[in-house]
Amino acid sequence: MEPMPQIPMLSYDVVVIGGGPAGMAAAVKAKELGLNVLLLDENDYLGGILPQCIHPGFGLHYFKEELTGPEFASRLARRMVELGVEYRTSSRVLEIRNYSDLEKVVIFTSPAGVYQAWAKAIIYAAGARERHAFEIGIVGDRVAGIYTAGEAQTLMDVYGILPGKEIVIVGSGDVGLIMARRFALEGAKVKAVVELMPYPGGLARNVMILKDFNIPLYLSHKVVEVRGRGRVQRVKVVKVDENFNEVPGSEFWIEADTLVISAGLVPSVKKLKKIGVEIDPATGGPIVNDRLETSVPGIFVAGNSLLINDLVDYVAEQGELAAEAAKEFIDKGGIESRNWVKVEKGENVRLIAPHYLSGDRDVHLYLRVARPMEDVEVRVPEIGKRLRLPVVKPAEMIRLKLKAEEIQKAGEKLTVEVVGA
Amino acid sequence: MKVYRFTCIVCPLGCSIEVKVENGKIVDVTGHTCPRGQEWAIEEVTSPKRIVMSVVPVEGGALPTVSVKTAEPVPKDKIPKLMRFLAGLKLKAPIEIGRVVAEWEGIKIVATRGA
Repeated sequence: MEPMPQIPMLSYDVVVIGGGPAGMAAAVKAKELGLNVLLLDENDYLGGILPQCIHPGFGLHYFKEELTGPEFASRLARRMVELGVEYRTSSRVLEIRNYSDLEKVVIFTSPAGVYQAWAKAIIYAAGARERHAFEIGIVGDRVAGIYTAGEAQTLMDVYGILPGKEIVIVGSGDVGLIMARRFALEGAKVKAVVELMPYPGGLARNVMILKDFNIPLYLSHKVVEVRGRGRVQRVKVVKVDENFNEVPGSEFWIEADTLVISAGLVPSVKKLKKIGVEIDPATGGPIVNDRLETSVPGIFVAGNSLLINDLVDYVAEQGELAAEAAKEFIDKGGIESRNWVKVEKGENVRLIAPHYLSGDRDVHLYLRVARPMEDVEVRVPEIGKRLRLPVVKPAEMIRLKLKAEEIQKAGEKLTVEVVGA
Repeated sequence: MKVYRFTCIVCPLGCSIEVKVENGKIVDVTGHTCPRGQEWAIEEVTSPKRIVMSVVPVEGGALPTVSVKTAEPVPKDKIPKLMRFLAGLKLKAPIEIGRVVAEWEGIKIVATRGA
């Protein structure tokens, strides 16, 4: 295929899409490995969502100290600048084209115009999007005052604007809980956190926040309707039974001027789907091998585009891994095809990645359970591996390390299951 | 005897810790898996503290605010007063990340973003 002559052409070893922690860690590692790298981000600053995550709790594994989101981001950004990694912000990827294994094109707009960047490999680290109100079945008036948690966080913690005075939060995942604390600290009244599941969605340490500020948590409840003139005035909450059916007569209204939706994240993979990358319906991200390579050779994926992580440390770790793989891909002209060991989901495993293992190297499996359990073992029966854990929750990702020699003992597949100890 | 039950927030493990208090004295701590958890649980009963974060308006920076945190945990009951102090702050760019931008009752306020 011919290059598009009317669009200025650039050439790199690897183009990294996304300037959050996965993308920045990937770009740094790729540059350290001697690759010619371009990083693209559509935001006007680097860091992805980290600059707005001003709470502490980041970096305990990756930097061995506790940092806030902006501090974590600035360390990676500084490293990028020190190494002279080329990057462009305010640059939006329009299209990825896959001409052949070592010929790929990323077409992007930037303040300087439209460009086509040719690359031998692409690391896709575009993160995730938030689920919105319509997606979770909230009906009613289309009024001002409905935000996703990330939008509200950007308003408050980047632009310094408090999004409302009386707030109802949908979803008790970490994002929802952390936003509850931020709103309360900044003087807004958080009237309720409403959670569909019978248990809180976030880490236990974040659930503590609600106690700190006396914020009511409604478990097994959902927001079904929002009403207001011009602006949110009240939201309707209803109890649900164990099958998530609404309990008749249980509905009540909460007066509020703001509804914040924190109903989970979905990997952003639209542009990958377009070029035929196979998607795992359980993770919402691509199906990958232990090099984080997708089903399209030379397209690697890391961070929340791969699967939704709960620690930024794992996101950065995946970015580095993708960069090492891109280096191997470029040096050898491809990742060797082989009889990959397939990873299968067993009892109480809702999702798991990576999906195929080579046995050439140690690997971290990232998995989530379907339902909470106490005193369990994570088991891989084919190789006799066991990891005992006091408690597992759907909100908390389990990271299971398998050694190369352990994987070699498996046959065609290995099954990961979470069962009572 | 009074029994306090907490979910430990020292690390993501989130142990369920119980602290038993009799006549204002701690008699027993159970459920923790590390000494840091025990120490935290005792402090949580006697004088709970939190790191506090916020944003402060900044003039002339790339973004309209700079994020800040306290250099050390602050007693919980003092947090509303500290927030009022922070709400009154105004800064001017340039500010480097890590700089002490203010001090309140001996507690340093540190910039966590550059501006």
